[in-house]
Amino acid sequence: MVLENEHNMSARIASMIDTDKVHKALYSDPDIFEEELDKIFNNNWIWVAHESEIADAGSYRTAMIGRQPVIVCRDMEGQIHVLQNRCRHRGATVCESQAGKVRAFTCPYHGWSYGLNGALRALPRPEEYESILDKKDFGLIEIRHETYQGMIFATFKKDQESLDSFLGGAKKWIDLFMKQGGGYPVKTLGRQQFRFRGNWKIQLENTTDAYHFPVVHRSFISSLDDQTATVFDFLDDEGFVEDLGNGHSVMVMIPDLVDLEANLEAPIPERFAPLAAELAKQGLDDLQVRKLVRAAGGTGFNLNLFPNIACSMAFFRMLAPISVNETEIHHIAIGGTGAPDAYNQQRLRLHEHFQGPMGFGTPDDGEAWERVQRGSMAGKDGWIMVNRGMSRLRPSPDGNVMGAVCSETGMRAAYQQYKKQMIV
Amino acid sequence: MDNMNQLDKSLVEVTAFLNREADMLDYKEYDEWLKLWSDTGLYIVPIAHGEENYKDMLNLAYDDAAMRKLRIQRLQSGHAMSAKTAKITIRTLSRIRILDESDDIINVRCAYCLFENKSGQIRHFPANLRFKLRRDNGTLKIEEKIVELMNSDTHLATIAYLF
Ligand code: FES
Ligand SMILES: [Fe+2]
Repeated sequence: MVLENEHNMSARIASMIDTDKVHKALYSDPDIFEEELDKIFNNNWIWVAHESEIADAGSYRTAMIGRQPVIVCRDMEGQIHVLQNRCRHRGATVCESQAGKVRAFTCPYHGWSYGLNGALRALPRPEEYESILDKKDFGLIEIRHETYQGMIFATFKKDQESLDSFLGGAKKWIDLFMKQGGGYPVKTLGRQQFRFRGNWKIQLENTTDAYHFPVVHRSFISSLDDQTATVFDFLDDEGFVEDLGNGHSVMVMIPDLVDLEANLEAPIPERFAPLAAELAKQGLDDLQVRKLVRAAGGTGFNLNLFPNIACSMAFFRMLAPISVNETEIHHIAIGGTGAPDAYNQQRLRLHEHFQGPMGFGTPDDGEAWERVQRGSMAGKDGWIMVNRGMSRLRPSPDGNVMGAVCSETGMRAAYQQYKKQMIV
Repeated sequence: MDNMNQLDKSLVEVTAFLNREADMLDYKEYDEWLKLWSDTGLYIVPIAHGEENYKDMLNLAYDDAAMRKLRIQRLQSGHAMSAKTAKITIRTLSRIRILDESDDIINVRCAYCLFENKSGQIRHFPANLRFKLRRDNGTLKIEEKIVELMNSDTHLATIAYLF
């Protein structure tokens, strides 16, 4: 039974999450949303940027951890820092651009100036602070961060377990995902950003939802050549969803594309024939061409990392909660550092084809998600079913729980982790 | 028009052409719209503004002839859930200015806004448009259309039409 008017938030939330279903109020209750910002977003490893986005000394990106603005930057020695975006004088943000390159962050209000390591370096007219302010105590506040395979995560939680152990079983899949540089280190190629009118968990679920693909993305599938359309017709094949622990899961849609360095002798798909010809023309040997061509379309899986980032086939998907019924999404294209232009251009065009606010896929996803949010207002009571595939689970080779590719195994994994953190 | 100078004549011609282009999109005459394009034409909705090399950047749309055709097919298919919600769109153009004109190429820019009714809420998308038009056997063809949306780095998900 759902404890509607229960004052104890933990007990109320516990009553809203079963193994096979979750209550619709999780999408629409503003009190629950406030609780999530604290218990989920302030108490986890939150992905903030990819190292290639701040490749040079002095480069930065701004990001959000829940509602808290942060700066991810690289100092002059090449060290990465994640800093609270708040001047230590009277609290203005010191940086408002999404990304850029600077020598210092200078607060626009009274001109306090901070180095890229956060240290307060100078302030105008220091006389009035004589013997009452020590600059070394007033640097931008640094937030703990760790990286894995170029992915930068930060956390406000002092005793948070190491990133390594948090990622756990997901690391193997991150390693596989990073092969799509085609032999070159993965770098980001740009971000598409947009918002939809719906709760963030609707997006979290969607990254591990293969069931919707042939329905929602029918118009995308029609836009593919026959050979590629067959590859995307995966619901009856050998794919699976595996619970990787800590709320993470992987959904393998195209098993043949799990390892992009395997099977290099396979015939080159029709749609990549022009790319292969172009790369060969530029003098790349056959093996290099095959490696790039196989990596060009991305991997055959979505890795959903709890709570805010996914390695989704060929791109990073980041979510940021704005309010209980609004979510910001970034679709971040990736390619290879130093890879041939033709390769990165191919990756960009494929990304634009499906992703982003004008892609052939995302607008239809967005429409479905907004419908879920509107539907969540129907009736006083109601459940979101996530029981698909529960009667046919099996152990994976790694000893995890796995189910069919179109099962809701990944959603259950995420919601059990969510419950664990929300009821403490 | 006899006493008009060449630039004025071109402006009249270009204005009529751009109005027709927008009208075709509002009234969903997509097959006719495709014929306004040169075979090498590019339709680009960039994220960053004022750049030269959109080929090497991530955009919202970067359509050559083949992609334009696919995009139109998607809108006409009836299978794109998002396209069904955008029944009526209204485009307005103004501030049309010819930047330069050579024998066969005219560069134009103008102010633009698209309005749509999205679930009872009117949304609007202001943008600067840049066109490169080619004179081709007495008619104009679009060689390049660049749509610089005012909020290209933040706007909403379900855009189910062309700007
Ligand atoms: S608030 Fe930053 S210098 Fe005063
Ligand atoms: Fe989708």
